[in-house]
Amino acid sequence: MNEHNPLTALDRPNSYIGRALPRPNLTRLLQGRGQYVSDMSLPRMAHVAFVRSPYAHARINGIDATEAKAMPGVVAVVTGKELAEVCTPWVGVLSHLKGLKSAPQHAIAVDRACWQGEAVCAVIAETRAAAEDAAERVMVDYEELEPVTDMMTALDSETPLIHPELGDNLAFERNLDVGEVDKAFAEADAVVEAEFVFGRHTGVTLEPRAVIGDWNPGEERLTVYQGTQAPHMMQNIIAKHLGLEEAQVRVVCKDVGGSFGIKVHVYPDEMAVVALSKLLRRPVKYVADRIESFNTDIHARDHRCKAKIAVKADGLITGFAIDDVTGIGPYSMYPRTSAIEANQVVNLVGGQYTNQNYRARTRVVFQNKNVTCQYRAVGHPIACSITEGLVDLAAREIGMDPAAMRRRNLIPDDAYPCAAASGLKFESLSHHASLDKLLSMMDYDGLRAEQAELRKRGIYRGIGLATFIEVTNPSAAFYGVGGARISSQDGVAIRLEATGRIIVQTSITEQGQGSEAITAQVAAHALGVPMERVRVILGDTDNTPYGGGTWASRAAGIGGEAAWQAGKALRTNILAVAASILQADADALDIVDAKVVDKGTDVERMPLEEVARIAYFRPDTLPPGFQPELMAVRHFVPREYPFAFTNGIQASWLEVDPDTGFVTLLKHWCVEDCGTIINPQLVDEQIRGGIVQGIGPALYEHCLYDERGQLTNASMADYLVPMASEMPDIEVGHVVSPTMESELGAKGAGEAGTAGAPAAVVNAVNDALAPFDVRIVEIPMTPEVILRALGKI
Amino acid sequence: MKAAAFDYVRPASVAEALELLRRHGDAAKLISGGQSLVPALNLRLLAPEILIDLGGLDLRSIAMDGGVLRIGALARHVDLLNSALVAEHAPLLALAMPHIAHPAIRNRGTIGGNLAHADPASELPAVMQALDAAIVVEGADGTRRVDARDFFTGIYETVLAADEMIVGVEIPVAEAGRRFFFHEFSRRSGDYAIVGLAAAATVAGGTASDVRLCYFAVGDKATLAEGAGAALSAGPMSVERVAAAQAALAEDLSPQDDQQGSAATRMHLARVVLARATAALFDDPALAGRTAA
Repeated sequence: MNEHNPLTALDRPNSYIGRALPRPNLTRLLQGRGQYVSDMSLPRMAHVAFVRSPYAHARINGIDATEAKAMPGVVAVVTGKELAEVCTPWVGVLSHLKGLKSAPQHAIAVDRACWQGEAVCAVIAETRAAAEDAAERVMVDYEELEPVTDMMTALDSETPLIHPELGDNLAFERNLDVGEVDKAFAEADAVVEAEFVFGRHTGVTLEPRAVIGDWNPGEERLTVYQGTQAPHMMQNIIAKHLGLEEAQVRVVCKDVGGSFGIKVHVYPDEMAVVALSKLLRRPVKYVADRIESFNTDIHARDHRCKAKIAVKADGLITGFAIDDVTGIGPYSMYPRTSAIEANQVVNLVGGQYTNQNYRARTRVVFQNKNVTCQYRAVGHPIACSITEGLVDLAAREIGMDPAAMRRRNLIPDDAYPCAAASGLKFESLSHHASLDKLLSMMDYDGLRAEQAELRKRGIYRGIGLATFIEVTNPSAAFYGVGGARISSQDGVAIRLEATGRIIVQTSITEQGQGSEAITAQVAAHALGVPMERVRVILGDTDNTPYGGGTWASRAAGIGGEAAWQAGKALRTNILAVAASILQADADALDIVDAKVVDKGTDVERMPLEEVARIAYFRPDTLPPGFQPELMAVRHFVPREYPFAFTNGIQASWLEVDPDTGFVTLLKHWCVEDCGTIINPQLVDEQIRGGIVQGIGPALYEHCLYDERGQLTNASMADYLVPMASEMPDIEVGHVVSPTMESELGAKGAGEAGTAGAPAAVVNAVNDALAPFDVRIVEIPMTPEVILRALGKI
Repeated sequence: MKAAAFDYVRPASVAEALELLRRHGDAAKLISGGQSLVPALNLRLLAPEILIDLGGLDLRSIAMDGGVLRIGALARHVDLLNSALVAEHAPLLALAMPHIAHPAIRNRGTIGGNLAHADPASELPAVMQALDAAIVVEGADGTRRVDARDFFTGIYETVLAADEMIVGVEIPVAEAGRRFFFHEFSRRSGDYAIVGLAAAATVAGGTASDVRLCYFAVGDKATLAEGAGAALSAGPMSVERVAAAQAALAEDLSPQDDQQGSAATRMHLARVVLARATAALFDDPALAGRTAA
């Protein structure tokens, strides 16, 4: 930050904002001293194994558990019907997504399984192994039903209905028509069309989903240890469906081995576990195994989108039109729904450009596959790939350089505030500064020359650019307005301990991205104390302020601002106590390095522990009527803009072997603008990790279903996650446009990498193969996809 | 993902292991490195009643014996990777080793376990055939040597009888003038190959002789492409000869579809790698037949 804003007090002691500092939890985690739910064990704890449907769609005519119940170590065998007595079903809809419909979903299927892997029965035993042994003996009488697997025919009249009571297989449809689209296309100098295909994939977390329910009949309270991103949301939902008061539910979320949006949803099997704990009056644990993860962790993408772009001969984009279809599985996921990704695609296409003529339709259909929902960069990689794919195809059509094409059309940096055709409001973005910085970092002209030289020698390398916008810091506009009890605000409580140390309780959560670190940095900076003095507590509904948690790139921007305001408030309170003790003017005092000093000269007056000692142990020496308040609480939520948009641009440099269809990634660049950077190292890690999670679906990751709705590659050997050996070096640069909605000015950075990487890689492959006049708009781009495009097979 | 319960026994000698095998028959599984077996157990694809752990047997040596390199069945992949004897006398094996999975797997997986598992996408069955190796098998009736070409019979299937075990392999040392090539197309480093080729040939005066092209991951077992090998050695090397050998692959190989690639993709890649192998063996890039726009 200092290179952009020399006026910040970075050279003072305790100035942590903008510095690459190691995470306070690093040593603990690296020593294997983390507290993951997977590792936890409680007295009298039982383990669950689920019997899961081998069919994509089947009626359950009966379940015979006699033999299973007689197996050694078995505590209970519970069917969906039995569990429904203690856990009510839910419907994953939000009122602001007009027309969105879904069917009631139970924690365990009651009379029908709707995807391969849906739990149909729970076996609870003394160990997981005993539970698995017994699960093999549960006899389920299935009657296989016709599955709906192809999203393109899901709406046809001859296709069976998954939920007949809903009338059709359409969960949601949205149409948008802005400006003069027909005129734009009629008057265009060139129109380019393509049908983009986005494979279904998932987010693979190092630690699978894990939950322990611990119902204590003595106090009628349920403690839930869960790897979740949103403890308060879970508290509300668990209470609601188990017939409890929220006060009877405590959700504890200690260390979490990765989430990426996978762990922000309400999973039926996890609801079953907490309900089983209540039913059995003892702790019950469930950790998904890897096959269960692939079959039941939410999937994402799975879109097919016909799209076109209208351009003038000088490169001006005059229109975008898209017609998108996505298959979401048999239910809309609860409570965030499975319509958000499609909705985001409609919102985001073309949003980085000045064009105001835009038509979009998206249809969200049911199918008998695992449920899809929000995963890192929801909708962004799809919208970005469509937009940037079309821009590159159009540039090729009119013979314009892709970088020049973007410069011609990106919203000017001095045009803000403004709005996209879809209505998104932009406070302040930096597309052109980012583009310039990126082209300079990568030596664009030099690379183009190298590319031309190599082509003469039969080496086919490509450059792919992808500009993007990213939704961060969501306000209540995401979920709250739709009736979901998902908080968009976050709170921080900060207090001075009697020893002069600082405790910070925050409602954001940590899943490995460094929430704890940035909270400590901001709090220490605001207060003027060494970071080592600050201890951060998060992930516990009993012991943190109420708030949203960590998702949608919101922790730093929203939780960080709450920490900043709370830190400032405590500082004021401490100085009031010090002023009272010192009989000084509080405005003439400051806190530096955990000491109260004279403002300006930094001459020490008293250490914080002395302030605390007097306030806590000798309040009798303070003036009558003066009450020290050494704890402060502040909350924050953005109010003016529904979202703090960020922007950026990525570039990929790669080589394609036209004989084999294999792609070698050589280099990747990203310049992004997340506003104020609290910890540059953590931001860069977010960008790099995000890029890798975008490269994954571009080249490797794919949930492969057969025509009967069977997931055929549910293992780490067959589902290809991106690995270090194949990843390129990734250079990250920044432009800083702070949001004025907060004093801190931080926006989110969690999804920028994933948003732009697939488009950059696809565009680079197409650029590499341009001499062969090849056009690939399908991901993952397997060697086979590329060979087919080249006409080799 | 917990294995079903099984008994476990760790014999101290080959004789004892064979006796256990005889006693338990199909109910037993031998375990050496466990890198394929343990996942299969955890997935409950296999549920043997008893595991016979070969870890206590003295079968790890790598040694020269006259014109033969003898490798014990329990030599781990990492042992082969680091062996100077392997590098000198079986360079094709050395070329293949880095392609076998990842370090963690190479640290435990053994050559005997790998060959007995007979995964059609595995590298070592192809290397053994390209090197004309013999697989040394011991059973109740004593020791027999099986030509590697005859050892593999199908997916995870070999000529091993239920009461036999591999104790080692014997590889004839590389003669002067023998050249080798190894390559596999895999999506990620360490993945199963989509197509792989282990090749050996004697190259002299622009002509190849005794060409052994062993493909893996192209059918139900590693397969010697005899027609293509004959075509390559039918006369002085040329682009046309490479094309003829590529054409012969249609008879030699019967690739199948799976989710890593269709039969057509596999056949295409098999032809590509053949040209590249020839270019490498003859040190002539023009033979690779690379596409140019």
